[in-house]
Amino acid sequence: MVEIRQLRKSFGPIVAVDHVSFTVSRGEVLGFLGPNGAGKSTTMKMITGFLTPTKGTVTVNGFDIQQQPLGAKKNLGYLPEGAPAYGDMTPLSFLSFIGAMRGFRGDDLRRRVRETVKRVNLDGVLHQSIETLSKGFKRRVGLAQAILHDPSVLILDEPTDGLDPNQKHEVRSLIREMAKQKAIILSTHILEEVQAVCTRAMIIAKGKVVTDGTPAELEARSRYYNSVILRLKGEAADVQATLQRLPGVKTVDVLEEPSGTRGFRVIPERGQTIIGVVSQCVHDHPWDVMELSVGRGHLDDVFRSLTMPAQALT
Amino acid sequence: MSRIGVIFKRELVGYFATPIAAVFIVIFLMLAGAFTFYLGDFFARGQADLLPFFNFHPWLYLVLIPALAMRLWAEERRGGTIELLFTLPVTLWEAVVGKFLAAWCFTGIVLALTFPLWVTVNVLGEPDNGVILAGYVGSVLMAGGFMAIGSCVSAMTKNQVIAFVVSVVVGLGFVLSGFPLVLDFFSGWTPQFFLELISSFSFLTHFDDVSRGVIDLRDVVYFLSLIVFWLFATALILEWKKAE
Repeated sequence: MVEIRQLRKSFGPIVAVDHVSFTVSRGEVLGFLGPNGAGKSTTMKMITGFLTPTKGTVTVNGFDIQQQPLGAKKNLGYLPEGAPAYGDMTPLSFLSFIGAMRGFRGDDLRRRVRETVKRVNLDGVLHQSIETLSKGFKRRVGLAQAILHDPSVLILDEPTDGLDPNQKHEVRSLIREMAKQKAIILSTHILEEVQAVCTRAMIIAKGKVVTDGTPAELEARSRYYNSVILRLKGEAADVQATLQRLPGVKTVDVLEEPSGTRGFRVIPERGQTIIGVVSQCVHDHPWDVMELSVGRGHLDDVFRSLTMPAQALT
Repeated sequence: MSRIGVIFKRELVGYFATPIAAVFIVIFLMLAGAFTFYLGDFFARGQADLLPFFNFHPWLYLVLIPALAMRLWAEERRGGTIELLFTLPVTLWEAVVGKFLAAWCFTGIVLALTFPLWVTVNVLGEPDNGVILAGYVGSVLMAGGFMAIGSCVSAMTKNQVIAFVVSVVVGLGFVLSGFPLVLDFFSGWTPQFFLELISSFSFLTHFDDVSRGVIDLRDVVYFLSLIVFWLFATALILEWKKAE
């Protein structure tokens, strides 16, 4: 549905996006991750035809965004960063304007606006000017204009940025609900969002794609993936050394705990599962165990190791 | 074509949805009236025409039209809506023309609101209404020229103050291009035909003829080609530095 080939954008000597290629098909939600300034927004601006690429092509539903921009744009819905809208308009007049620009007229236009308004819960503020709305409502207005024409491809630049947890939840449910019939690309730097809505995650740093896989695959690259957390009561001796001797264990970190309890994070060698041996070990010792659990991978950790130079990692 | 209409409508309604329309209309009518009656000696002249009214239009437009035009693109840039607009299925020239036509039409509406003056001369005497109509046509055309210049300057910046000041200066250049102030700057180091070319660009000379009732095709072509030129430049600049 969206095909990006060898996309490159340079502003003078600065290369913002460097030979990025990927394809997103129907049913996929691609999370575009990366530090600020990594080239996420620039890539999205090229996909939507706002920026002209220095090199490379973007095809949306078979339409080349440079050669047949109108055809491509008809199949696209786009929420630009910060959800810009005409502040002096009301959501109703704004959405009617967007709909009319997309070629809808009369009853069809009114029906679409009504349905979209319902979908993103804008009913209460339809006649208030957009500049007086809260951030959450403004974001919903932006989302509404992006989905008004039911596009097959949806590009969302930081759709939940600045929203409170309830609003984030709403936006994410909306995205999940639409995901089946559409190809969706969304950028974010909130990693939990990737786990919550994306079927695929791509990390981009300094204009280049550094990794591309499912959120679970990314998690598996974390050093904490399949680590075991063990918390004990009392002052049992030699716990750390005992755990360290187990097969498949790489290191044992001591966690900060309130006095009277002790906590350990047992980190496995890459690809090893150690919960079995650790629980056997716990069984064999007279420790007063409060918690024994398997830690999931930390996306934060993967993100940091992929987007920061090695020496900067602590 | 229909998308030009959609943009046109949104923009035009926008003027009236904000205080812009009210403020602009009141100020324009007040200034036009003050100039006509005090500086132009409308009554004391004892002639039934609107010359003293039209004579001040170039100067009124010089200041007031850039005030309208400065927001055309600078505001879209500042608010980020330019990104929204150009990712809709719309071509660059449709957007440029739609926005320009709305602003131009708005000045036309404001100008039409000066009709009490026309009523006044018709009550007081028997003016040549053809001349007055020509004056209005010329005034609308000249307003379009100023507006197109303002549109282009506004496309260059996201700062409306800069857009305003630069538009006024460029407009002044066009108003005065038949005068020594501008010509002296070029004389001495440019050939004679270039000087004549510059002085032929003067808004004042072209508008003077029309406001006296002579609608010369050359004057009409002059203003229309000026509008087309500046709108073309607007589109070029937008294409060139859309994202900045």
